Parts: sequence; structure tokens; C-alpha cells
Amino acid sequence: MNLYSRRLWVNRIGIALSMLAMVLGLVALMWILWTLFSKGFSALNWDFFTHDTPAPGSAGGGLRNAIVGSLMILGVTTLVSTPVGILAGIYLAEYGSTSKFAAVTRFVTDIMLSAPSIVVGLFVYALVVATTGGFSGWAGSLALCLIAIPVVVRTTENMLRLVPSSLREAAFAIGAPRWQVSLKVTLRAVKAGVVTGILLAIARVTGETAPLLFTALNNQFFSADMSKPIGNLPVVIYQFAMSPYDNWVKLAWGGALLIAMLVLGLNIVARVLFRNKSSV
Amino acid sequence: MSAPTPTIPGDAILVVRDLNFYYGDFRGLTNVSLNIAKSKVTAFIGPSGCGKSTLLRTFNRMYDLYPGQRAEGQINFHGKNLLDKKQDVNLVRAKIGMVFQKPTPFPMTIFENIAFGVRLYERLSSSEMDDRIEWALKKAALWGEVKDKLQQSGLSLSGGQQQRLCIARAIAVKPEIVLLDEPTSALDPISTAKIEELINELKSEYTIAIVTHNMQQAARISDFTAFMYLGELIEFGKTDTLFIKPAKQQTEDYITGRFG
Repeated sequence: MNLYSRRLWVNRIGIALSMLAMVLGLVALMWILWTLFSKGFSALNWDFFTHDTPAPGSAGGGLRNAIVGSLMILGVTTLVSTPVGILAGIYLAEYGSTSKFAAVTRFVTDIMLSAPSIVVGLFVYALVVATTGGFSGWAGSLALCLIAIPVVVRTTENMLRLVPSSLREAAFAIGAPRWQVSLKVTLRAVKAGVVTGILLAIARVTGETAPLLFTALNNQFFSADMSKPIGNLPVVIYQFAMSPYDNWVKLAWGGALLIAMLVLGLNIVARVLFRNKSSV
Repeated sequence: MSAPTPTIPGDAILVVRDLNFYYGDFRGLTNVSLNIAKSKVTAFIGPSGCGKSTLLRTFNRMYDLYPGQRAEGQINFHGKNLLDKKQDVNLVRAKIGMVFQKPTPFPMTIFENIAFGVRLYERLSSSEMDDRIEWALKKAALWGEVKDKLQQSGLSLSGGQQQRLCIARAIAVKPEIVLLDEPTSALDPISTAKIEELINELKSEYTIAIVTHNMQQAARISDFTAFMYLGELIEFGKTDTLFIKPAKQQTEDYITGRFG
């Protein structure tokens, strides 16, 4: 066998192996989606969105309280983590590129990125829940913020570092102070990337269960009071999926499908945005 | 070696004396002294790495953005040393504008590209702002091409148009000096011709300092030319004299193309 045909075969084997790996990954993903759809789709009816979680033993019911609670917790998380994350990212990329404080911040952020979410949940439990004497939606949002902020910080910083220095110099060259250069020129140049980072951060925390178990807990009744325990999808799924009641298990599947669709939707929006990033 | 202290007629707006520049330990400029004449075009020529861009970037303290770069000596502008630590760099940059080699429109509309700089130092009513933007775009010979699409992105323009937008942006804040760092090296010949024409018209009101790789360009548009080599100012004088009867052998070798 000459060198060329040998290389041809190596190439074929390489491609075959990578195809196999791709198929394995896709099969797992499709399997999960299929199971979710087949078991959860029938749960998604009008009652699912308009009724609250049923008491043990009672028939029917829905997840209204958990959906509203989840949206509220996620809403507060987004409102807090977006500005904090973006401003910290700007600091790291535009101000503190050489300072020691920035290096430490960057290091801590990286650790936070890989911190197990249950640790974050326990931390907020010890810091807030145990000291104020109660589970609450605010504590839940705080725990999710601690997970989401590092993601936003790092995406913002990485995006800003991609801005060519010529653009930055051009803005400085007309006498703009650094904060104007950062907020109005460089941040705007990477707007799409930063928004993508925020969406991915929300997607990441949407399905987090462990931090909420220790903080927001759950509430089987409808409540929009963030200072009290509040219903939320991940914890409801966790509790209902392991229950002996058929209608609870079904609702858990429906909730899981809902979260999966939400995360999928966020990811698709993020991808579309990032693809059109050249538009101003 | 002490550099020649050139004498030029007319008012000097920038007086550079014994300027040394360092990139960390590397000396990028050695004892540069020269005057930039008011309302004239001064061109800087020389081979790559000779320090001409470095010199230009000391005039608006652009090097301040990078730790490790520093300048020593004097650059006097209205009687004050620009290199003074106490000097407000943003004010300096509002008075001494700069246009770069590659067009750098901001990621915003054509209108906002110009308004951004103006808003930094002036509070204008919206009709005054409209007038200022029209004025700047007319000065930059771009008004006719963009007057119907001021709300479009600055990035939607062609390269030559983007560069003229950058010039409009620089003069909209009414600087006294405009620094041009190889402004046409990324452009096609037609856009280049337009920008050269523009420089000719701007020089009645602005002092222009231009770095160029193109010796014909320097000869065409400048009143004074400085030839630099290895971080030193070799020869500086009237453009006609420097190109026709250079005083130094090195200058002659460079402009006749005998130089490495």
C-alpha cells in the first residue's frame, strides 16, 4: 500500500469514527427529547397552565403556581445578574486588564463557573435562609444570580477582548472618557455576543434544582410573594417525579418538557442573534 | 547625537523638543525636535518601523492607553507641555484629532458616529446638531453620498466612505490639529484621490500632520516633510526642497528608492 492510499484509509477511518461519535451524541439527545415528548406532551393542556399543583390524592391539577414562581425567580435573576455581570465584564476587559484586583476577580469568577450548584444553594441557605429564618423567592433568586453572574461576566469580558484595539483607539482619539468608550462604543460593538451570553446564562439556571431546594423551597399554593417560599418548576418536578401519584408523575413530565422547551427556545434565540451579530 | 533643530517659517502650533519615546526598554524615538506649522500640512515619511507613527501618536498621547510606553521631552501646544502628567488627555484629544490607517466607524448610525464626539464637549440643540453634522459631512466631501441615509449604520458604507466618515467625525469636534496615520493605505486609488483632495481643502482651517508610506503622496499634498529613520529625525524642511535637493545622503537614498 503506498503512502497516498494509506492516508486515504486513515482519513476514512477518522471520518467514520467521528460520525459514530456524533451519532451516539445525537441518539442520546433524541432519546431524551422523545421520552420527554411522549410522556410529557399529553400533560400540556389548559388545566396544566391554569390550575395549581394538586393536593396528595386529588385528581387533575396543573403547575400554574410553579410556572409563575419560576418566571418570577428567573425574572429577578435576569434583572440583577445582567447589569452586575456586564459591568464586571467591562471592568475586567476595559479597566483592570493589568491590575491585581482584576486578576483575583477573574480567578474567583472561573471558580464560580465550575462550582457545584448545590454548594451555591447551601451557601445562600447558611447566609440568608438560616439567618432571616425562612425560605423565600428572594433567596432563590440570589442563589441563581450567583450561578448566572459568572457566566455573564466571562462572556462579556471575552467578547470585549475581541474588539479590535483600533476601534477603542478611535473612540479615545476624539477625546471620549473611558466609560463612554466602554459603554457606547466597545460594548455596542459586541452587543449580540453579550446578549447571547445572558440568554445562555438564563438557560443554564432555568433548570437548576439544587440551589432552589435550599432557598425558595416550594409552595403548593399560588403565591406571588417573593419573601415567602414560592413554587417553582425544578423543585416541583423533583418532588412529583418521585411521588406515588400518577397525576403528579404526569405533571412532572409536563414540567420537564416545558423547561426543556424553554431552554431550547433560549438557545435558538441566542444562536440566531449571534449569527446576525454584524447588524447594528 | 543631537538632531537638527529645524527652522520653518510661519507660526508653529506644536513645538517638539528633545522627544524620546520608549516601548518598555526599547527606544522608539531619539531626541526628536521639530515644529509643526500652523495651517500647513506636515508629512512624515520613512521606512517601516522608523518611528513616524510613534511620533504621531505622542501628539495626542495615544500611547497612554498602553502601560509600558512612555515619552520624555517636550511637546508644546499653546505654551503647555502635552506630555505633562497633569495635562487632561481627553481635552488634548478633543483639540488634536486623529484618523487611523483602517477606517474605524463606530457601531452606530452615520448620524450618531459624528454626534458621539460632538456631544462629549458641547451641548447642542437638535437643529444645531443637524447643522453640525451636515457641516462636518460636507467638509469631508461625504454629504452628497449619505444625506439620505444618515440613520443607516456607519458600517454599511464602503471603505473609502468609512474613512471620510472618520475624517468628518474628527473635524466635527472642531479640533485645531488633525493627525492622519496612513489614512489612505487601505483604500483604492479613487478613494485615495478624494481624501488627498480633502486634505488640500482642510488645510486652510486645520493643521494637518500625516504619516504616509507613499512618497508621491507626501510630495503632492504636504508643505513640509520630515524624513525619519531608526527613530531619528534625519531631515526636515520644505517639501519641495527635501524632494528636489535633499541635504542628507540618507534622505536622497530613500526618496530615490535606493534604500533597503
